[in-house]
Amino acid sequence: MSAASPTIDETRSRPSEAVVDWVRRNGWTLGLLGLLALLLIYTRMINSNYGVAGIQALAISILPLALAAVAQAICVISGGIDLSIGSMMALTSVFAAANMQGQSEEFAVAIVLATLVFGLLLGAINGSLIVVTRVPDIVVTLAMAFVWGGSALLVLKTPAGGSAAWLKNLVLGPIGVDWIPKAAIVLLVIVAVIWFPLRRSRLGLSIYAIGSNQLAAFRSGVPIGRTKITAYALTGLFSAFAGLSLTASTGIGNPVPGPYTLMSVAAVVLGGVSLAGGRGGVFGPIVGVVILQLVQIDLAFMSLDPNLSLVTQGLILIGVVMFGSLLQWRRSRR
Amino acid sequence: MTPLTHASERRDPTNWRRLLRERPIIPLSALLLVLVATYAVVRPGVVNADWAGVMLRAAVPLAILAGCQTLTMLTGGIDLSVGAVASMAGFVVASLVSGPGFEVGLLVALGAALLAGLLTGIGVGIFRVHPLIMSLGVSFVVLGLANAWQIIMVQSSTGVPPELRTIGSERLGQLIPYSFLVFLPLAGLLLIGLRRTGYGRMLYAVGDNPVAARLAGARSWQVLVVLYVLSALMAAIAGFLLSGLTNVASVTLANSLVLPSVAAAVIGGTSIFGGRGGLGGTMVGALILTIISALLTALGQPEAVRQVLFGSIIVAVAALYARVTGEA
Repeated sequence: MSAASPTIDETRSRPSEAVVDWVRRNGWTLGLLGLLALLLIYTRMINSNYGVAGIQALAISILPLALAAVAQAICVISGGIDLSIGSMMALTSVFAAANMQGQSEEFAVAIVLATLVFGLLLGAINGSLIVVTRVPDIVVTLAMAFVWGGSALLVLKTPAGGSAAWLKNLVLGPIGVDWIPKAAIVLLVIVAVIWFPLRRSRLGLSIYAIGSNQLAAFRSGVPIGRTKITAYALTGLFSAFAGLSLTASTGIGNPVPGPYTLMSVAAVVLGGVSLAGGRGGVFGPIVGVVILQLVQIDLAFMSLDPNLSLVTQGLILIGVVMFGSLLQWRRSRR
Repeated sequence: MTPLTHASERRDPTNWRRLLRERPIIPLSALLLVLVATYAVVRPGVVNADWAGVMLRAAVPLAILAGCQTLTMLTGGIDLSVGAVASMAGFVVASLVSGPGFEVGLLVALGAALLAGLLTGIGVGIFRVHPLIMSLGVSFVVLGLANAWQIIMVQSSTGVPPELRTIGSERLGQLIPYSFLVFLPLAGLLLIGLRRTGYGRMLYAVGDNPVAARLAGARSWQVLVVLYVLSALMAAIAGFLLSGLTNVASVTLANSLVLPSVAAAVIGGTSIFGGRGGLGGTMVGALILTIISALLTALGQPEAVRQVLFGSIIVAVAALYARVTGEA
């Protein structure tokens, strides 16, 4: 696979073949969407009141985790893993909240942009350390999780700060029809504007290439180090988006990292991204996040112990991965 | 990812490099002494036998959890469920002590840990799930079940049993902590087990080259299932000691020790890719982390600075290893 040429040219020969091929390649995501549809129907069945308000609450509650899952997906696709996403989210969130408090709405625009650049920088530092020191990703990002988390505590000791009104309005409430939550649109726009063009670009292809076979990518002329650093920088950027969404939805910045790092790994695996790298996309993980959240809501409706939802999430994660590896095993035996 | 030039093929490595590669425990012990000396300078007159006992007592639970990480990392894995399992074990004992009794509590906790380890082991060994994901999933399950158990048991009074408090926090002759006396035979068994038994060799073999190990006739799935059960049981013991030390029984008690336990193993010279490392370095690594933490507290630094420094030290030490050994 050469890095410069587009990947999908050869499948365009006949439309029907292209459709079959598309379905095969996105089988996992389509399966997830089917599961999601079933879950939504089931939710409606056990609670006939579930409607507009439910969808709105769902969209708000998944936004930070969905962005974290996109962040994780990008670096997992590049063959790495980032265990510092939760800490980067906390750091960017408090950075934004501490600087926006008591400032004008216009100034907040500059702060938001600065936060995004800040996130990009954090990710680039992670990536550079991995490339320069040649220490495994897990170790470096695990250690950097301490560093970023500690820095967040240095910015704000306790949950505090503020958020500009426009930032809050950006994610809260519906847009147009009652059924469409703003948060979902924000998520789609961010992903559509940044990830989709990137994926088609030379850089995006390089990210997939170094994830699927680093040596082959190197021999095809892909700059390994630079691509890896860029992938981690993108992870940092999406972590900053996730951190901003936390600030926007809560109105403050919390220096204590949430459970986002590990949940993002769960969502990525559930979303069909191979932990070995090079395979998957960002849409699957987003659907995975919605499913994980919806299961939690359903269990609450069934008036089960909320703690059992944690058990269910763990079992879903284990079950999905075991199922995936069984499929792979059977395929390789054939 | 295979290193193109193997480290051992390089000519004329300087002495300290070879020392760090082959006997990391010697430079690490030197670092430990430097840290102790720094502490003695910062807090004159504090460093004595009594202080050493206190430090040792604080380091024991971390050292056991880091032992879990070392064993799993030798096979190229990692066990993120140790925090949840340790907390669960401590909590189960505390919740059963007023009813069925202390011994029953210990047995139930160990049984639950065994089941959790078995689940992780089956996933990793038989279904070939990535250890990171499998142990993560199991930690969710364990934490959730422990939480549910907490709600069931909320009527009955829970408290850390006096036996555990004695073992976890008191010291023999006001000097040697009892927890260290629990730790010593455990560490001895593990050290001998790793160096002298076939199973220990098998752990290194599976981690160093899984394909070669399989071709040589090692049943790696059996090795892995036993390994994760062992890791969960050790985590449970660490949980008992930790709840005794802190006099707290909480289902999230040991969660904050998960990342430091990985850090201690990495500092101790165990490679996360498997096949290289040992328990000796890890034990010193756990002591180093405990003393750094105490040193920063003595300097009046807030928790935040401690975390930043912790992280930086881990990256720096791991980078040093990577440079010296020519591999990660």
